[in-house]
Amino acid sequence: MLIKYLFAKNEDIPAGSSSVFFGFSAIFWFVVGTGLGSFNAAKLAFPDWVTGSEMFAFGHMRQVHVLAVILGWISMAFAMTMMYMTPALGNTKLWSEKLGLWNAFLWNVGLSIGLFLLWMGITSGREYSDLIWPVDIIIFFGVLLPLGINVWMTIAHRRTQGIYITNWFFGACVFMIMVVFAVGQSPELFNLTGLTEAYMTFWFAHNVLGLWITPVAAAIAYYTIPKLTGNPLYSHRIGHLHFWSIIAFYSTPASHHLMSAPLPEWLKSFASVEGVLILIPAVAFVANILLTMKGKWSMFVENIETKFSITGVLLAIPLNMQGGFQQTRAINWYIHGTGWIVAHAHLALLGMSTFLEIAAVYFGLQQILRRKLYSLALANFHYWFVLIGFCIYWISMTIAGLIQGAGKIYEVPYIDVVVAEHPYMIARWVGGTMVFTGNLVWLYNMYMTAREGTVVPAGRYAHEMAYER
Amino acid sequence: MSFQQHKLGAAAIGGMLGISMCITLMFPSFDFRSAESTWVGLDKNLSNGRVIGFSYEDPLVIGANKPITVILDKDPKTGEKIDPPMRAYVYEPGVPFAPAVRHPANTGPTVSQLSLNVGRMGEASEAEGAVFGINRGEVNGKDWDYIENLTALKGWTPADTLRAATDENTRYVGKGKTVYITEGCWWCHTLLPEQTQDWQVFGAPPMLGDFNGEMPTAFGSDRKAPDILHVASRNSSREWMDMHFFNPRLVQPNSIMPRFDYLWGETDAHGNKIDFDKWRTEYKEYRAGIRIYPPEIPEYAGDSEVRALVDWILTSLK
Repeated sequence: MLIKYLFAKNEDIPAGSSSVFFGFSAIFWFVVGTGLGSFNAAKLAFPDWVTGSEMFAFGHMRQVHVLAVILGWISMAFAMTMMYMTPALGNTKLWSEKLGLWNAFLWNVGLSIGLFLLWMGITSGREYSDLIWPVDIIIFFGVLLPLGINVWMTIAHRRTQGIYITNWFFGACVFMIMVVFAVGQSPELFNLTGLTEAYMTFWFAHNVLGLWITPVAAAIAYYTIPKLTGNPLYSHRIGHLHFWSIIAFYSTPASHHLMSAPLPEWLKSFASVEGVLILIPAVAFVANILLTMKGKWSMFVENIETKFSITGVLLAIPLNMQGGFQQTRAINWYIHGTGWIVAHAHLALLGMSTFLEIAAVYFGLQQILRRKLYSLALANFHYWFVLIGFCIYWISMTIAGLIQGAGKIYEVPYIDVVVAEHPYMIARWVGGTMVFTGNLVWLYNMYMTAREGTVVPAGRYAHEMAYER
Repeated sequence: MSFQQHKLGAAAIGGMLGISMCITLMFPSFDFRSAESTWVGLDKNLSNGRVIGFSYEDPLVIGANKPITVILDKDPKTGEKIDPPMRAYVYEPGVPFAPAVRHPANTGPTVSQLSLNVGRMGEASEAEGAVFGINRGEVNGKDWDYIENLTALKGWTPADTLRAATDENTRYVGKGKTVYITEGCWWCHTLLPEQTQDWQVFGAPPMLGDFNGEMPTAFGSDRKAPDILHVASRNSSREWMDMHFFNPRLVQPNSIMPRFDYLWGETDAHGNKIDFDKWRTEYKEYRAGIRIYPPEIPEYAGDSEVRALVDWILTSLK
């Protein structure tokens, strides 16, 4: 186990150890998070299923699901990719493997404490900022700061003249998530109250997606697709358009989450206009990656990592079309607070970013462990279960959201909306359970890869070798 | 290498993020600061106490050290009749005051001046406890609600005030809001009727000054259930609320709300152990058509969580 390296000398720790630690932790939290999601969905479809204990009450588990996937799966998968991509792109070693291992260790410990307390109902009562402030402090100093230091120092010590676009994103996003996290949690520390607190809650909730989850996921694709296909990135300059437009526009539209709250009208209008500008980085990103695929589209069918990656990129198209327009007043009044938003949130997290990360985790773990993937059949099972499960979820919740929106504006008694939504709640549970099943298979597949995968010879890429199962 | 991209890049990123934070954080704060608190804002503040959710005074988030709201129909000191009955917010010794009292600027420039100069709010002490009320006063021809310190103005002590109110008129609002937060009611219910047709069903949307000093605001973002900001105006039956919390299917067969029977705790109002298994068996028989009526729900104890929750709903969500 990698725990033994926590007290070893930095030079004695094999390169990539922290990446492997982060990778398996991420998959573990993904299984936990989607399992809880499936359980929660079952409770919405069948409210009398497990009752009588607060430990299995929906209200005690919902936030655990959300934070397990955001802080556990998605952010840890980001850390996993940063630990191997940043040094590879700088033609150097990771600044400190030991810091990386401690980072992964403290991350697991801090997240476990935080989620346990949340499950017990010990919460700050602020959506996405639910973790109480002592845990926030652990997260900042044990999770974000070491990650940032490792990434920045690796970039600063690079042995290349320029900085590749992926590292621009990594370096900037770890900085921005620190600022966003510290500012977003500050109402609890400084007792900022009222609309200020409400607004800062969603300032954090928006920016954690806009400045962390979606840009880092996109940055990962800038690495994996050229690496897998062997094609150079179509245009590094378009990549920079993507990067700088995210920094300039997408740090501003937070208040579009509170279009119906009594915030200043100028702020809502400003946020709405800035929100539409997401289409600039979105088009730049999708076009850049799809053009990079030129001549290698057969890999979309034949290669499992490319399959995951390109699916994620394609899902970015509906994601940003929805995201750009649903926050304008004309559309927001219809769908605000409905299942449409739930579907959109899962399109961002379970669709676009998760697919890109799964590809990077598959690719990275095989490269670092120098082992070929144990089973292609299981990987394909994983792909189709996550994709079909996600699609069932996304489509059913979108329909449910449209029903809810119609019910809202035509003043339908709410209980009739609940009855109309029931079939879609069952579909949502089926979809979520398929994703969970796929992830269980993935954990097994990855574990078997580490134990029994064919050894990849030096100088070769795992994806160049033939599968044996 | 003389030219270091990352140095120029770091400066550019910092500058752009700084401008963005000026626009999205600093400028709105000027608007928020000038907002004058409404009666709703003052009432929520005084009845919730300092913070709902994790805090020094309530680390396990069970609603400890929260103020108690009472509805008084007679003066606790003189015994004179008060008509119509008034709300008073009782802070027993040691209970931290609400943000509106600790940081008067939270309530807006005019309201805070009225509270301090006319309401003598600044004289209250946490160590000795205090009783607050809300009154209405005029400044420059306009009416404003402000906080008054009834301990200083009328000599009401927390103990006397609690004694003057009957159990029925004692509302554990702060504890009830805590239960609302910890049980995650706000994952499905919102406290924010939208500024669209929504308000015709769920009531008026909140005003600018309705949130001053509130923490957390817990609007809710995902509405899987009706908005409940004004639910007590639509339905003020305590009996209906009790049945609905114990098992929502008793009053609304198609509801998907979870059962909150565990909020009753171990024992009922008479100190007897609640037999949940028996209730469930009888309820199953009722659903199967073997019984004609569903089983009676237990009477909850005075210090149970569900009592506080229903208190909060019927007192605050009007």
